This record gives sequence, structure tokens and C-alpha cells, in this order.
Amino acid sequence: MKEQDITKRRKIKNKIFHALIFLCTLFGIFILSVLLFSILSKGLKWLSVDFITNFPSRFPKKAGIYPALLGSLWLIILTALISFPVGIGTALYLEEYAKDTKLTEFIKLNIANLAGVPAIIYGMLGLAVFVRMLGLGRSILSGALTMSLLILPTIIISSQEALRSVPESLKQASYALGTTKWQTITGVTIPYALPGILTGTILGISRALGEAAPLIVVGALAYVSFVPKTPFDQFTVLPIQIFNWSSMPKKEFQNVAAAGIIVLLVILLGINSIAIILRNKYQIRMKD
Amino acid sequence: MKKIVFESKERIKKNEEIIKKLLTVLGFISIFTTVGIIFSLFEETFLFFRRVSIVEFLTGREWTPLFEPPKFGVLPLVAGTFLIVIISSIISIPIGLGSAIYLSEYAPKKVRKILKPTLEILAGIPSIVYGYFALTAITPIIKTIFPETSVYNALSAGIAVGIMTVPLVSSLSEDAMMAVPDSLRLGAYALGATRYEVSKDIVVPTAFPTIVASFILAISRAVGETMIVAMAAGSTPKLTLNPLESIQTMTGYIVQISMGDVPYGSIGYRTLFAVGSLLFLITFTLNLISRYVMRRYRRAY
Repeated sequence: MKEQDITKRRKIKNKIFHALIFLCTLFGIFILSVLLFSILSKGLKWLSVDFITNFPSRFPKKAGIYPALLGSLWLIILTALISFPVGIGTALYLEEYAKDTKLTEFIKLNIANLAGVPAIIYGMLGLAVFVRMLGLGRSILSGALTMSLLILPTIIISSQEALRSVPESLKQASYALGTTKWQTITGVTIPYALPGILTGTILGISRALGEAAPLIVVGALAYVSFVPKTPFDQFTVLPIQIFNWSSMPKKEFQNVAAAGIIVLLVILLGINSIAIILRNKYQIRMKD
Repeated sequence: MKKIVFESKERIKKNEEIIKKLLTVLGFISIFTTVGIIFSLFEETFLFFRRVSIVEFLTGREWTPLFEPPKFGVLPLVAGTFLIVIISSIISIPIGLGSAIYLSEYAPKKVRKILKPTLEILAGIPSIVYGYFALTAITPIIKTIFPETSVYNALSAGIAVGIMTVPLVSSLSEDAMMAVPDSLRLGAYALGATRYEVSKDIVVPTAFPTIVASFILAISRAVGETMIVAMAAGSTPKLTLNPLESIQTMTGYIVQISMGDVPYGSIGYRTLFAVGSLLFLITFTLNLISRYVMRRYRRAY
């Protein structure tokens, strides 16, 4: 009798716990839906062609995100151009070339540490080195270089993992055909690892697109009434424009900010879909 | 392929050497980055400490660097950051751990396949969006419960930071739990243990070092989180533990000063780097501890 009671109690405990942690998991989903709903309900009405093509304005009805949108595009394209080759190169060096020395170990540890440095600290690095020391000013280029350093650890670490997943037998087969190391890397290793490398890069680019803090420190403007034409122009980006609108006293600007967030999230969604499509395409090709 | 045949062996060899050197240079960029961070932060910080004593900076209870008379006690900013860390941990640690246990031990495969990517979406949302959410959705809710709450307050920002760090805790902890060998679980089930008992007495203790490491990483992330606190926590450096008041964090201060026009080389400009250095040291230490815990106590099966 007593033993049955204990068993019963243990089972009830299990059920309560099950319910509790299930709720914990649902919490994330619940918040995600509330967040999306609140942003869509506030911002959808304000989305229009004018909103995309207009410049910011003192009047909420006329405010647009055109300069911020172009600034963001400039920034992520430059960031991708800088960080993609450097990221793959570093990963190749660490996985294919570097010998197992203390120095290599230190570089790897260092990259892991850099991944944990807050974004805003990269902004201060950018301010001191790119804006001041190299004299690049508060330009798109300064911003893109800063963002590249910020996302490099992400790209390097995921590229390393992708390179490590390439079967040794494939590489050996290539060497057996008399290829050099670099020919094997470009002909066998990189194509095989490409889906993983691309995923990591896209992840990094998405982060660069949503990040505002380092760019504020580097000196991106809060109010821009011109369109950047070269990498040396001053600029603003979507997240900073959203930040700017959110902190305006007029309540309507909060809705404008929500519309800006929708645009930002749509672009993020687009980039990530491209990543998935690319990944699937290359994965299928490798299986053939 | 044709090109290779016609290229001389020497030329190929030379190219290989050049490529190797180029990649080696790239490999060192990360070290330059670290050196750059330390150098750029500490140079201005050093200049700052020639004006202000380290003791005053670290123990002063007032932070008014741009007013007359300027006071350079960083404690209010540290207290603000601490408050955000406490509030966000209260959310992210239990909910993240709960989700991890559910996903690893309880969830049927199909449910897991839906829930896990959704949690990952949560991790991919930019912090500016969470900041907006805190300001326009969380703060109004808090205000209906506690009408005396200020528009900008630590609680709202802390909750948003907590929500943002849930996926960090859950995915790292879940990975650690999934790595616990099934033989341990099956042994316990064979003795008649319930799922709860297996989770509590076998899986969580075995994965504990990584779980703790994930908590520390979440705290480190909360310390460094910027846009949420800049948008929702306010800009009043204050030594308080009242979550309903407007505060300022270290990161919030850096943003506030960066948005304004502080002349290069002024003491205001240097406070930026002094606060930045402190922020860097705190997060760096937390990350090191987290890695140490993970390595030192990791069990081999």
C-alpha cells in the first residue's frame, strides 16, 4: 500500500515536471508570436512604396527608409566581400596548413575568445583603428571593416567545422592523381565543405545586418538626408534608423519604427532563405 | 585541367608557396584583432587614468563625467549592468534549462523537429527588435501592474535581454544533455526510474559543467548587450536595485556618448574607453571561466 503511494507520487511529480518544462519551451514560441504580432499590427499600415523610397522626415507620414536601406545594403555587401575570403582563408590555414604547434593552438583559442567579445567593443576598435588611425573617417568602409572583424570568428569557426567534415579518403584520392595541395583544396575540399561554409557566412552576414551598436560607436549617422555613393561616404543603416525612430517623442514614429523592423526582418528572412537554397543545391550536387 | 598540363612544375611549386604564405598572413589576422582591441582600448584608458585615479573610478558612487563638477565613479554603471544581469538570468536560466531538458529528454522526435528551429529563430532576431519590443510591449504591461514605473526601466530591458538569451542557454545545455550516453539513461530506466528522476539525477548532473558554462555565457552576453538597454533601460546612472527605475548600463553609456558630439581627445571621449576596457575585462573573464568550467569538469565516457 505504502509503496504504491510512493510510486504514484513519483509519477505525479514526473507529470508536473513534464508540464512545467513543456511550458518553458512554449514560452519561446509564445514570445515569438507576440513579438511578430505586435510589430506587424503596428507597422503593416505604414508600409508602402513611399516608405521604401522616401527620405527620413520630421513628419511620420512622409518618413521613409531609403538612405538606411541603401546604407545597409552597401554595408553588408562590403562586409561580405571582406569577411568571406578572409574567413575561408583563415579556416584553410588552420585546418590544412598550420602544424599542430602551440601557436596554432593559441590562434584557435584566440578566435574562440574573439567570438565572445561584445559587439560594442568592436565598435571601439573600429573607432580607434579605422576611423582615427587609418583616417578612413566615419565612412561605410570603416563600418564594413569593423563588422567584418565582428563576424569573422563566426565564419572561421563554422568554416573550420565544414573543412574538418571532408573525408580524408577524398583528399587522398585527389593527391593520388598527382594534384598539388592547392588543387586538391580548390577541386575537392572547398566544394565539399561549401554548404557549411556558406551557412556560417550567411549567419555572420545576418548578424552584421541586424547589429547597430558597433556602428553607432564607429559613427554612423542617426539622420541621413542623402544617399551614399561610394564606400567613403557617411551613412546610416536600418537598425540605427529604427533606433532613432523608436526614441522620438511622437508616438506615431513608433509605428514607423515597426514598419522599419518589418523591412529588416524581411531582408533577414530573404538572406536566410538564400542560404538554405544554396546549401541544398550544393549538398545535392555533392551526393551525385 | 588543360592548363595544369602546360604549367611548368616550378611555377606550380612557386604558386603553392605564395598561397601558403598568403593564408598564413590571414591566420594571423585574428591575433592582430585581439592586439588591436587591447591596444585601442587601453591606450585611451591609460590617458584617462592620468587624469582620474583608478581608485576613484572603481569605488566612486557618482557618475557625472560631462557635468560640472565631473565625477568619475563607475559604480552606478556597474550596478545598472548588474541589475540587467540579475533580471535577465531569472528568465533565461530556468526557461533555457527547462526547454533544454524538454527537448533532450521528453519531446517526441516530431515535436522536437518543429520546436527547435523555432527557438533558433528567436536567437536570430536582432537585438534592436527586442529593444523595440521591450519599449512598446513589455513596459506598458509592467506599467499596468506597477503604475509608478518610469517609461525607461531596468525590468523591461532585463526581461527582453533574458528572452534573447534563452536560446543560448537552451541550445548549449541541450547539446550537452544529448551527449550523455544512452547507456546511463537506460540503466536508470531499468531500475524503474521515471523520466523526471532520470533527468534530475542522471542527465543534468552528468551534463552539469556545460550547463553551468552556458549560464555563464548567457550572463556574459547580458553584460555586453547594448541596443536593448540603450532603448529601454534609460540613461540615468544610478546606484539602485529597484528594477522599476530608469538606470544606465556600461554599454548604454557608451551608446549615449557615441550618439552625441564628444570631441576627440577630451576627457568625455576617454571615459568611453575606460568604461569599454572595464566591460571588456568583465566579459573576457566570464568567457574564460565558462571555458575553464567546461574543460576542467568535462567527463569522458
